[in-house]
Parts: sequence; structure tokens; C-alpha cells
Amino acid sequence: MSGNGIVIEGLQKRYGSGDTLVDALKGVDMQVAPAEVVGLVGPSGSGKSTLLKCLGAVIEPSAGLMRLGEKIIYDGGWKIRDLRALRRDNIGFVFQAPYLIPFLDVVDNVALLPMLAGERNGAARKRAMELLEALDVAHRAKAMPAQLSGGEQQRVAIARALVNHPPVILADEPTAPLDSQRALAVIAILNDMARQYETAIIIVTHDEKIIPTFKRIYHIRDGRTHEEAGEGKSPHELIKTDKA
Amino acid sequence: MISLAGRDILHGWVRFLMTGFGLGLLIGVTLSMAGIYRGMVDDANVLIDNSGADLWVVQQGTLGPYAEPSSLYEDTYRSIIGMAGVARAANVTYLTMQVRHGGGDVRAMVVGVVPGGPGEPGQPGFLIAGRHLTGGHYEVVADVKAGCALGDTVIIRRNRFRVVGLTRRMVSSGGDPMLFIPLKDAQEAQFLKDNDMLLQQRRRTAQNPGFNRPNVPGLLDAIIASQTTSVYVNAVLVQLKPGYVPEAVEKDIQRWQRLQVYTRSQMRTILVDKLIATSAKQIGMFLVILSIVSAAIVAFIIYTMTMAKIREIAVLKLIGTRNRVIASMILQQAVGLGAIGFVVGKIAATLWSPFFPRYVLLEPGDAIRGFIIVMVISVLASILAITAALKVDPAEAIGG
Repeated sequence: MSGNGIVIEGLQKRYGSGDTLVDALKGVDMQVAPAEVVGLVGPSGSGKSTLLKCLGAVIEPSAGLMRLGEKIIYDGGWKIRDLRALRRDNIGFVFQAPYLIPFLDVVDNVALLPMLAGERNGAARKRAMELLEALDVAHRAKAMPAQLSGGEQQRVAIARALVNHPPVILADEPTAPLDSQRALAVIAILNDMARQYETAIIIVTHDEKIIPTFKRIYHIRDGRTHEEAGEGKSPHELIKTDKA
Repeated sequence: MISLAGRDILHGWVRFLMTGFGLGLLIGVTLSMAGIYRGMVDDANVLIDNSGADLWVVQQGTLGPYAEPSSLYEDTYRSIIGMAGVARAANVTYLTMQVRHGGGDVRAMVVGVVPGGPGEPGQPGFLIAGRHLTGGHYEVVADVKAGCALGDTVIIRRNRFRVVGLTRRMVSSGGDPMLFIPLKDAQEAQFLKDNDMLLQQRRRTAQNPGFNRPNVPGLLDAIIASQTTSVYVNAVLVQLKPGYVPEAVEKDIQRWQRLQVYTRSQMRTILVDKLIATSAKQIGMFLVILSIVSAAIVAFIIYTMTMAKIREIAVLKLIGTRNRVIASMILQQAVGLGAIGFVVGKIAATLWSPFFPRYVLLEPGDAIRGFIIVMVISVLASILAITAALKVDPAEAIGG
């Protein structure tokens, strides 16, 4: 795999020691190419959240290898000193709930990341507005998060995840609180954005409505993954079918 | 970079302002306490300055006339006025008592002075209305704090006094307004006994065979006359001629008259370091407690505000916000709260200080020191919240 994207080989994560030792991940292999959207599904307690935290450089794996594009970020230990900067510049997060900053308006919620990276306020807001326009929420740019609908909040959260053009986006149940129309709309946006910005997107989900949209799906069970081909249906088509 | 602290404050500005207002009232109380102490010191200094004296001559071995009782014969001033360096000397009496005015009681320090113009030792330095004491009896010059107006009647013991002049900032070290009356009236108020007492005293004296000898006519009358006449004053106030050193004249009077003499600086020490020392310590304790309470309140408020944002802080950390940005946000909020509190406190203290029964002196220096202390307290109080925020695991934003 070349260019951006993410590769995981034999990733393990253990919690505790001795009698309390838990092998949450027992050797996960995964690779997601740029502009690709893959699903990660599995029952509760299978290790999805642990894998997401390892991928997000939030917790340290116990063994294995993680590569982001050409850069090895974990190989038996972190290879990057500044994990916050790694997250800020290379990984976008979309959560089950949007978790927007309630005291910032929509445009500043999106522009905050480039500002944190040192970009000037004006330039960061301009970039945020472009994304908000692409996601069709630019008209709410000055609104506070509490004034938005659930779907609008999730689109703003997607804009925030994309604003620094990260090579990888990790989405944790992004459609859980939405009805099928809005859920498929969010997946359509993520697919469009993956193509537009060459971003590898991993979506953790239980949502039966959106699983048919994935071309590849990783099933995780008892800390191990196995890959299978998905149906790869267009979310736009599914929206039309759902409406009909 | 936008100000996260500023945005958060603006987002919930009503709650933030109300919190700052509550804190401000507490800071206002703290500033007022400091002002009360300053007022006490200032009252003491004004008492000394307005007396117009360079030296206070009092009974030997006492801290009189303000801190301890002191009695001198009223003719003592004659021997003092003749000493080298003495320009003027005047008798004075001080008595803190309840006087009646307008149907109510007023706590006042009654000062007996020799009637005369301004500049006479013991006289009020300036008047804001009316005239100085000129008559020998039953006139009073009152401090405005006593609530008198020109022409009013003040009852001191059995006698009625007419208010002929008003002065300001003439109070005792206890904060009671001064009433200046002629010396003879003051001596009567202070030393003379009531009618029943006098009758009893005359009967007892007459029954004493040593005072009522059959073969010594006039002895009993002479003794009774001496008992009913007051010949005492509390102190002699001395003004020096130009060029004389107070310490040198003080030594001369002590040596030749065998009396206790205090210079201005010594009297200042007695009033400030001895008379109001306990009150000052009391106020100091209050200031310390109020500072601790303020710090605890700021810490609690900032901690609660931070804990209410724990999910947002986890998200901020997850998306790569540095610890210093988060710490700075909390610190700025704490400092902002302290600043609002200080402004409210300063305004509140200024507005309510005239209503205090004692003089409250709010010095700019105290305000600056208070502001610095509030800022330091705010910074220290934010440490708890910052520590809690920095411990937040970014994984909390992901859940699972």
C-alpha cells in the first residue's frame, strides 16, 4: 500500500496482568486505502472500541505494527513523540454523538483544529466555511451547536474531522442517533468526502441500514478480525429506495 | 487562536456574571474590613493632629489621656507655660459618655476645652458651620456625626447645651463623635457628684469629729467647699515655640514637673499600637479568613465549571489540543472571575462605606494590593481544576 491510508499488522492489546489479564485484541490485521470507506462490525465486547482507541493513538497497543501512509507510528512502541499533534494533523474523529464544543459557533467548531495547528483565524475560518458549504450547513455557520438539528450537528462533526485533511477518519457509530434517511445521508457524505479528500475512513457500526454501503467489511470477534466483501451499494441509491 | 475561555464565558455570561457578582460582594466585605482598619488608624491620627498639641502632659505613670485615665491639678498648666520652649498650654478633659439629643441617646466623647479661637490647644481645628466656643458655659461645638444642627440642644448630665458650631472628622479612637464644651462644664460633668451624693458626703463629713471641731469655726465649711469644687483636668496640651525640639521640652517637663509627657510620635504609638492593636488583630484575622473563604469559593466555582465541561475537554484533548491551551482556558476563566469579583467588590465597598457607623478609609494602595491578592488567589484556586482537567483521558470522548 502506498501513499496515505492505514495499515495494521498483528495488533495486540492486553489489559491487566496475571489472573486479571484480558486480551482485548489478539492480532488484528487491517488495511484501508486512501478514498476507501470500510466498515468495522462486531458484537459488544468484541474489541471494536479498543481497536478504535489504538488506531486513534489514544491508548498504546501491546504489540504489533501500525503504519499511517509511509510513516510507522507504532512498532512495539510509539514511534511518534507528539501523539496529540499526530491526532490533530492525521486523524479525524466522528463520534456517535457529535460532541461539538457548545460555546463555539459552528464555523469556529470546525476552524478550531487548524487554529490549534497554528493557522491564522481568517484562513482557518475560510477553510471551515468551504467544508460547511460542501456539507450543506454553511447557512448555519453562526449558529451555536444547541440550535442545530441532530443531522446538522453530525455534518458539522464530519466537517471538523475533515478540516485538517487527515489521511484517516475514525467514525464511531456516526449514524446511531439518526433515522435511516439521515443515516444514509451521513454515509453518503462520508463516501463523497473520502473520494474528494483521498481519506481512508473506518466506520464502526451496528447499523443494519448502512452496512450494505460498504465495499469491504472487517468483522471483529474475540479480538481478531476477518475481512469480507460488502455489497458496496451507493448510499444515494439507497436513500432513493428508502424514500420510495 | 480564538480565546476558548472568552467564548465559554460569553456562552454562559449571565451565570458567570452572577457568580462574579456573588464573589464580588465577598471581596467587597474584605475591602471594607481593610478600610475599617485604615479608618481606625486615620481616626487616631486625626485625633492627634486636630488636638493642635505638640506635647501631652498627663499624670505620671499613665498612658493618658486617650488610652488611660489621667488626673492633673488644673493649675499645672501655669508652671508648664512658663518653661522654655512652651508657646501655649491649655487644660483639657476627655470623657466618653451618653448624651441626650433629640429625644435619643448619642455616644460621644465630651471634650472640655478653654474657650477661645482656633489654634488654641484642644479646640477643633476648623468648623463647617457656626462659631467656636466663646461663652463660659453651656455651649457646644459638635462633630456632625453626632447628628446635631446649629441651635439644637444637647443634654450632658444635668445641663443643657446649645450647639453653636459644627465640625467634621473629630472623633475619638473608638469612633465616637466629639462634643467640645467649656472646660468648667466638662469638669462638672466629669468630676462632680449628684445632689444626693453631695448631701450624703456633707453629712458624713459633718459627722467626722476631725472635720467638725467645735472650737474651729469655718473648718467644716472649708472642707465641704473643697469637696464640691473640681480642680482636676485630664491633660495639659502644649504647643511649642518654633525651633524647639519636642523631645528636649518633653525631658524638661518630666524632670522639673515630675509629670508624664508624650510627643506626637509617642502618642501616635500609644493610639495605633496599643489602643487599637486588638481591633487591628481582630480585623487581620477576619481578612485572613475572608481571603481563605474567597479562595475556596473561586476554587469550587472553577472546579465545578471545569467538571461540567469534562466531555468537551476530552474531545479537545482527543482532537489534539495541547494541555497548555486547556490550562490557559481554565486559568483565564479563574482570573476573569477574580477580576469581575474585584470590580464588583470595589464598587460595592465604595457605595456602602458611607453607611458604616465608623469611618471607612478605602486607600488606593489597599485596592491595588487587594487586586493583586485576588489575582493570586484566582490563579491558586484554578490549580485544582487544571489538575483535574489535565487528568481527563481523551479516550472518554470515544467511550466503549
